[in-house]
Amino acid sequence: MSITAFLTDSTLCIGCKACEVACKEWNGVSDDGFEWSGYSYDNTGALGASTWRHVKFVESTPVPGLGGNAGDMSWAFSSDVCKHCEKAGCLEACPTGSIVRTEFGSVFIQPDVCNGCGYCVSSCPFGVVERNPSDGRAFKCTFCYDRQKVGLEPACAKACPTESIKFGEIDDLRRKAQERLDVLHSRGMHDAAIYDPLDSSVAGTHAMFIVRGDARAYNLPPKPEVPTVYLKKAWTSSGIAAGLLLGGTLLAFLAGGQEK
Amino acid sequence: MSDALSARNLSVEQRERRLDEIRREAESRGTLRIVSERPSGAPFPRASSENGYYGTPLLKQPPWTWEIPLYFFVGGAAGASAVIGSIAHYTGADRELVRHARWIAAAGSVISPPLLISDLGRPERFLAMLRVFKPQSAMSVGVWTLLGFSGGAAAAAFAQFLSDRYGPSLPVRVLENAGQAASLAFGLPFSNYTGVLIGATAIPVWNQSAADLPLHFAASGLGAAVGILELMGHNKNRALQALGLGAAIFETWEGLRIETRNREELEPLKRGLSGFVTRAGGVLSGPIPGMLRVASLFAGGRRSRKLRSLAAASSVAGSLLTRIAWIQAGHVSARNWRLPLREDAEQLREDHRQSELAAD
Repeated sequence: MSITAFLTDSTLCIGCKACEVACKEWNGVSDDGFEWSGYSYDNTGALGASTWRHVKFVESTPVPGLGGNAGDMSWAFSSDVCKHCEKAGCLEACPTGSIVRTEFGSVFIQPDVCNGCGYCVSSCPFGVVERNPSDGRAFKCTFCYDRQKVGLEPACAKACPTESIKFGEIDDLRRKAQERLDVLHSRGMHDAAIYDPLDSSVAGTHAMFIVRGDARAYNLPPKPEVPTVYLKKAWTSSGIAAGLLLGGTLLAFLAGGQEK
Repeated sequence: MSDALSARNLSVEQRERRLDEIRREAESRGTLRIVSERPSGAPFPRASSENGYYGTPLLKQPPWTWEIPLYFFVGGAAGASAVIGSIAHYTGADRELVRHARWIAAAGSVISPPLLISDLGRPERFLAMLRVFKPQSAMSVGVWTLLGFSGGAAAAAFAQFLSDRYGPSLPVRVLENAGQAASLAFGLPFSNYTGVLIGATAIPVWNQSAADLPLHFAASGLGAAVGILELMGHNKNRALQALGLGAAIFETWEGLRIETRNREELEPLKRGLSGFVTRAGGVLSGPIPGMLRVASLFAGGRRSRKLRSLAAASSVAGSLLTRIAWIQAGHVSARNWRLPLREDAEQLREDHRQSELAAD
């Protein structure tokens, strides 16, 4: 099986949220409550246990001379999703082996194994995984593993009316992203960029994005870190602590333990 | 809306004139730019490199409930207690001390699993933890350590009970020695692995303390174990005094380190409620028991024992507060949307590291 990926092109997104709806319908995910956030038209908030696709509405101050005809405000949309990291913090952290790497290269939580320890939640550098309080287990985008198994594209990509969400073979998509970027740049949108943190410790993602302007306005971290990079430091400290505890206790009792 | 132009302060004619003005401006310019027309709540939130995505936190807060800090405390004290009990036994120290240390370790080994299991989203699936052993997952390593420790500590205490009640025999001695060896071997990592557990996460205040946390937690656990033993009546034992003093000195140093490291990631340890709890835990674990112990060295008889008991109580309370504080700080840290969005977070860290090294 080939390694697949998402390329979400925010320059094509019209903010219709069809991907959110298609995802919820196909995967049988419950609603998130109906509350007004006050943040543009985004009342979904963030990815979580019941939100596996999230359309961001980025209202920002436009930069003159970069294409488009926005007045006071530029309005960009981008559909966020689990990044399916090449080195995934959640997968490394999972103590039950519930989180696995599938044959499509995606990161998948096996719902029949997960016991809801919640360690993946604190280990995701993108804040994607969340424990569902009413169910107890952790949930996130499955990359429509069930659909991919039978050769179908993920529900969100299929429902996207503008092909903002592209699905395909990862190397293919990386090439397409570069081609699209060249087109955008030739049209004067020099602030367009590809988000695919290849030079960070997560070593690239299987969900890439084309965004305009600063990726941080889309809550995309410039340098995501897989938490296992801290293991060496921490276990070294643990080893020293164990040595000191053992040595110190031995010394204390050899020197003064005989006395009541 | 400014008060001067608020509709309530205007006469009917003024209001009508105002509507005409608005109409004229709308007609002539196609848009309204009259300042007073900003609705309440304006300016609207904007997404930007400075504001992030409207300041929405990127990271999720740890889903753990009250059981986890309590488990950190119990595990730390039980692990250190097993180490004290084993070494005391090997060095031929006071048998009552060995017995009590074993009971504390065994109590911890009995309390810890239920705490851990009840925090799970699906407690009935606890056994799924034992499907695999993953060295790259601190929680997997921790669960297996707990299993080994629990078995060892429970066996040692059970053997203790058998030999106390029915007198020593060969099988009991074998069980006792095996249990004790296991509780020592697993107790050493068990008393501090929780520092690795939270150190290797995406939460900034935790992972930026990854090298400190295991040592910090080990000292905290040792302070609590010594404290509980002293409160059980061993407040004349010189070895315990030395260990308690060592733990207090280390915790004082750790407290100073927390106070003096000026890093944005470590703010929750100094500010707000989590900062207050961190300080309270630090003072109760470090300087207070330290000074009380030093004072007890110069005091005589009953007064000395009383001072040590006070130091012991302070250490136990401090250890518990310290664990609560670190979990609380993790929550505060996860809510800070600025940290994960910092452009050159790594470079900044490197700069800090260099300046810290230079300062040292």
